[in-house]
Amino acid sequence: MNITLKCFASLKRHLPNHAKANQAPVEINENMSVHQAIDYFKIDREEAYLVILNGVFVCPPDRDSTMLKENDTLALWPEVAGG
Amino acid sequence: MSWAGKLLRVNLTTAEITTESLNEEWKNDYLGSRGLASKYLSEEIDPACDPLSAENKMIMATGPLTGTSAATAGRYVVVTKGPLTNCIACSNSGGFIGAEMKNAGWDMVIFEGKSPKPVYLYVENDKAELLDADEIWGTSVWNTDEWLHNKHQDPLLRIAAVGRPAENGCFYAGIVNDLHRAAGRSGVGSVMASKNLKAVAIRGTKGVGNISDPEGFMKAVNEGKAVLAENPVTGQGLPAYGTQVLMNVINEIGALPAHNMKDVQFDGAHAISGEAMHEPRKSDGKPNLTTNAACFGCTIACGRISTIDQGHFSVENKSQYWGNSGGLEYEAAWALGADNGVDDLDALTYVNFICNEEGFDPITFGATVAAAMEMYEDGVLTKEQTGGIEFNFGSALALTKAADWVAANEGFGVDLALGSKRLCEKYGRPELSMTVKGQEFPAYDPRGIQGIGLNYATSNRGACHVRGYTVASEVLGIPEKTDPLTAEGKPGLVKAFQDATGAVDSSGICLFTTFAWSLDNIAPQVEAACGGGWTAERLAEVGERIWNLEREFNLKAGITSADDTLPARLRTEAAKTGPAKGLVSKVEEMMPEYYELRGWSTDGVPTEETRKKLGLS
Ligand code: SF4
Repeated sequence: MNITLKCFASLKRHLPNHAKANQAPVEINENMSVHQAIDYFKIDREEAYLVILNGVFVCPPDRDSTMLKENDTLALWPEVAGG
Repeated sequence: MSWAGKLLRVNLTTAEITTESLNEEWKNDYLGSRGLASKYLSEEIDPACDPLSAENKMIMATGPLTGTSAATAGRYVVVTKGPLTNCIACSNSGGFIGAEMKNAGWDMVIFEGKSPKPVYLYVENDKAELLDADEIWGTSVWNTDEWLHNKHQDPLLRIAAVGRPAENGCFYAGIVNDLHRAAGRSGVGSVMASKNLKAVAIRGTKGVGNISDPEGFMKAVNEGKAVLAENPVTGQGLPAYGTQVLMNVINEIGALPAHNMKDVQFDGAHAISGEAMHEPRKSDGKPNLTTNAACFGCTIACGRISTIDQGHFSVENKSQYWGNSGGLEYEAAWALGADNGVDDLDALTYVNFICNEEGFDPITFGATVAAAMEMYEDGVLTKEQTGGIEFNFGSALALTKAADWVAANEGFGVDLALGSKRLCEKYGRPELSMTVKGQEFPAYDPRGIQGIGLNYATSNRGACHVRGYTVASEVLGIPEKTDPLTAEGKPGLVKAFQDATGAVDSSGICLFTTFAWSLDNIAPQVEAACGGGWTAERLAEVGERIWNLEREFNLKAGITSADDTLPARLRTEAAKTGPAKGLVSKVEEMMPEYYELRGWSTDGVPTEETRKKLGLS
């Protein structure tokens, strides 16, 4: 199954080599939860603080039950702020 | 005590300078900086006065923590009646001049009247004098800075100055200190220039004494610094990426206003983001970002120092812009970039340099250009009116030219210096101005982040994010996550953020500490510095008192509840993409509850009970 993975700020290092502009098309197994995908990319669950699936924040308690679908966009940030 | 206990009063009409003791009662009620200066202003001027007349006053003020060893304790504010908004204005700046003022022994400087000729104020500890500024009138902030350093032969002189737009009455000119820090919003620079005051140059070597409990203070300060260092945002994120880390976040959640707020997402967001500032350029292999930088006493260091590609069209044959200078912050990058549809990082950095060099607010400037671009695309403005240049969204050339024109008050720049409200009214399209109370929005769309819309609508200085930054909670999960798309619970959230911010601003530290600190971390520092029982609750109450004081100033200035709203576009034109697709701002739905929580009548006026509770007289 194909999804778009986006990793920003210090999480950029987890992107595959073919990534451009902090994003890459990636292939993952069917039936993966958000947490399983984060584990699959070897990203520390704690470090992936802001988890945004198709533009919507997935709160930590929902990250085990929220399943990824074909063509989803999963965007990850460490804890960041600005203003 | 921590306050210096003294203020300078500078009568520019008579050139008389006097000193006064700080009002004891007011400092206990309003703490310092924003709060205390707002109290002085409210007592001393008629809120209905013309902001650019001699009747208006301008106060530069520090807080009790300014100049101490507390983290980020370099802040100062400029409080006056703002020409952009006709409301009370309070613009906050970092850098070093605030701490210098305090080290010279002054909590604040009150400027009144109008000088018959251009002058600058020179302060060296107890000595204060008005000196001739004829030679620097008509020149930029950067030129003024260099001239003053040369003249006084003092590299450590700290300088705040206005540039040419302020002198020419640009409605959004700021006061730039330390070359690239600014009291930037609401046109406070134009007030300064209207008084024929070109600059304030300060040297203070006294140190900040009067700490109530020095040992307790060191302990509280060190504990506070440890919290900042350990927090991922203040310890790692802000130093590495600055505020610009937000560009991709806000675009991803569909709340990045673009094309004069017609859209809520921008295809070019990544190209102008904090991440892009780290990427090597094709031409010379260097990234836009050279290093980060810190204001006085700051252990976070979110500042950006950048360069422009020397081959970029904006700096062709302009070698003065080839070196390092203050780089893009998120709000500036958004206003100059996404709001205009421009994805050229070098062009944005160039315009940011010009805003610093000449002293004008990149948020209002960028949003005004965006309104002009929409009018151009709608056929309201013609190429003849826009300096012979196609003024479409996406044009980096139009953007950079516009900045040059505003800087020099030339051609179409005279129109652009009006700000979007007056510009759109002039050309018969007032609905295209994305403003509240005359001030342009910052970089968060109220359709995709509902609470921030209520904060914009109620902010006492017009649309502003740093009066109640609910984005921290609604998007970033600080201190806890709330749903950005719902209006439920937001009036209480907005009020809590607004009140806490009033206290933080008034203490003399940077608001960015609050990504890691709550008032519980700040209160022990204020208490050890000032004494007298400063708790988190008392600080929140001070914040609430300040909010109501500012509100009463605005009511007397002619603001009504009808001004507590957002432009029709945000209330009626739904977001077209992203998670907020189909949504408009629910600001009208939230307002009654907000008024009620504030203890205001349905007309938005503080009730007698509220006034009594807060001790407003
Ligand atoms: S956090 Fe940034 S803006 Fe605030 S004091 Fe530090 S460097 Fe200045």
